[in-house]
Amino acid sequence: MTDAATTTFLGRPRTQPRGAFVGRIFEGLCFAAATALLATLAGLLVSLFIGGWPALSTFGLKFFVTSSWNPVTDVYGAAGPIVGTLVTAFLALLLALPVAGGVAFFLTELCPAPLRRPIGTAVELLAGIPSIVYGMWGLFVFAPLFAKYVQMPLMMSAPPGSLLEKLTTGIPNGSGILSASIILAIMILPFMAATLRELLLTVPSAVRESAYGLGATTGEVVMKVTLPYVRGGAIGAVMLGLGRALGETMAVTFIIGNAHGLPASLFDSGSTIASTIANEFTEATSPVHTSALIALGLVLFVITFAVLALARLLLRRQESRL
Amino acid sequence: MNTLNPTEAFETSITDIPPAQVKLATRNLDFFYGQTKALKSVSIPFARNKVTALIGPSGCGKSTLLRTLNRMYALYPGQKATGEILLDGQNILDRKVDVSQLRARVGMVFQKPTPFPMSIYENVAFGVRLYEPLSKPDMDNRVEEALRRAALWDEVKDKLKESGLGLSGGQQQRLCVARGVAVRPEVLLLDEPTSALDPISSARLEETVTQLKADHTIVIVTHNLGQAARVSDYTGFMFLGELIEFGPTGNLFTRPAVKRTSDYITGRFG
Repeated sequence: MTDAATTTFLGRPRTQPRGAFVGRIFEGLCFAAATALLATLAGLLVSLFIGGWPALSTFGLKFFVTSSWNPVTDVYGAAGPIVGTLVTAFLALLLALPVAGGVAFFLTELCPAPLRRPIGTAVELLAGIPSIVYGMWGLFVFAPLFAKYVQMPLMMSAPPGSLLEKLTTGIPNGSGILSASIILAIMILPFMAATLRELLLTVPSAVRESAYGLGATTGEVVMKVTLPYVRGGAIGAVMLGLGRALGETMAVTFIIGNAHGLPASLFDSGSTIASTIANEFTEATSPVHTSALIALGLVLFVITFAVLALARLLLRRQESRL
Repeated sequence: MNTLNPTEAFETSITDIPPAQVKLATRNLDFFYGQTKALKSVSIPFARNKVTALIGPSGCGKSTLLRTLNRMYALYPGQKATGEILLDGQNILDRKVDVSQLRARVGMVFQKPTPFPMSIYENVAFGVRLYEPLSKPDMDNRVEEALRRAALWDEVKDKLKESGLGLSGGQQQRLCVARGVAVRPEVLLLDEPTSALDPISSARLEETVTQLKADHTIVIVTHNLGQAARVSDYTGFMFLGELIEFGPTGNLFTRPAVKRTSDYITGRFG
């Protein structure tokens, strides 16, 4: 206070307002919170790396390219879970994207006004259901129906030696890679639909009207004008959905079958990184086993980070274009 | 500012046009935004191959009138028009009229430029592709012709493949005019097309409008009275949802028949 009290301003002694002190504290707290977040992220990465190092140094590159995951002999190759993660996430995206797009277009262009809110709310509610509920529903309700009405007929009708036969080998018990992908698709669908809807609402009405004004029909306006208009943002939304699918644990653990090898077909049991960690962490007794699971966590971290970074990049490109 | 008495019936003066020269006309047209009545029994003719300007203070209904002429309002729930709008004698408010085909016949250019996120060439070809399967050389010709008419060809002929979003505001607006004329509409509706443009771009667009009337019937909404006087053959003055005065532009600006019109054009209000 000594300095502040002696300064004068327009002839009057100028004291520091009390608000400035509170402001400095607030500033400090905000800075601390932001730094703590960054430090946590860095710490997470470092500890994952340190924890996973024994396994990574023991198996080297083999950790990523071999698929024998054997706790008895303490040999760990993670190709199965890595491939399982990527395949289920991309299949989920493939299944969810057209439906999410359809929902978003319906809500923005076609839906009668009184239905807009109920449907929009339903979509948001779907996004709020805990993933374990999806998993239970998947195992107890979806899997038996899927086995009876999809897996069995497909396997029976596949001509021997055809691609369809190769894709559908396995035990038709309702669980497996495709089942997990479908459950994942249902989970990420509401999120993507809601994001796409927000994006479509950003298209200026004058642009839409211009297209209608040239005699275009609703379908032509959507496909040729509004969709291209939000292209970059849509890619970002898709990537965020993919990020969620990559990391989803409980629902997948319920229904993927939890087999460690490389899945041989769409109906084969498999595993993802998240489901493997969830299943085995409490049972991992040898240090190498624990370390292998931590290394898996590191791989998932890197994959998810890469996907989100890509999404950011595409979103930024979209923004700078507008 | 004049004092207004809402119950007073406005004095009006509507000059008739011989029916043979009328391309488009409204008859007792009412328009509603929900409960609000935005147009009150408007009857106005638009002469073939002439430019008709609609002037009036903000909120007088001139843009609303424009948006009824190609049923653009039908995109929005709660907006409705009653009465008649006759295009070559056919009532376009009839439910049986296909709005997409109507809008291909009655084109529109908006206040702000609205290029589509595609190349300059594709922007112009967009509307044509919807209705006419042209061969590549025919399409090239059509695009060039449209860009020439919009006085944009010389500036973009070397960069047709580049994005339409990369052009300046004035160029984008002329691109939108080119896009509108490329489909060869019979009527062209211009909603304050120069309000977002600098004076030089505005002047070029006005020239374009004057040239376009050889092939199109043009309706232009403008806040710029000088522009209305320069480009139009007929002018309609609107106030509070009513057509107050309509007649040849020269007469309306030099010898307005109604006091409210003369108040507006001499800057007493609005």
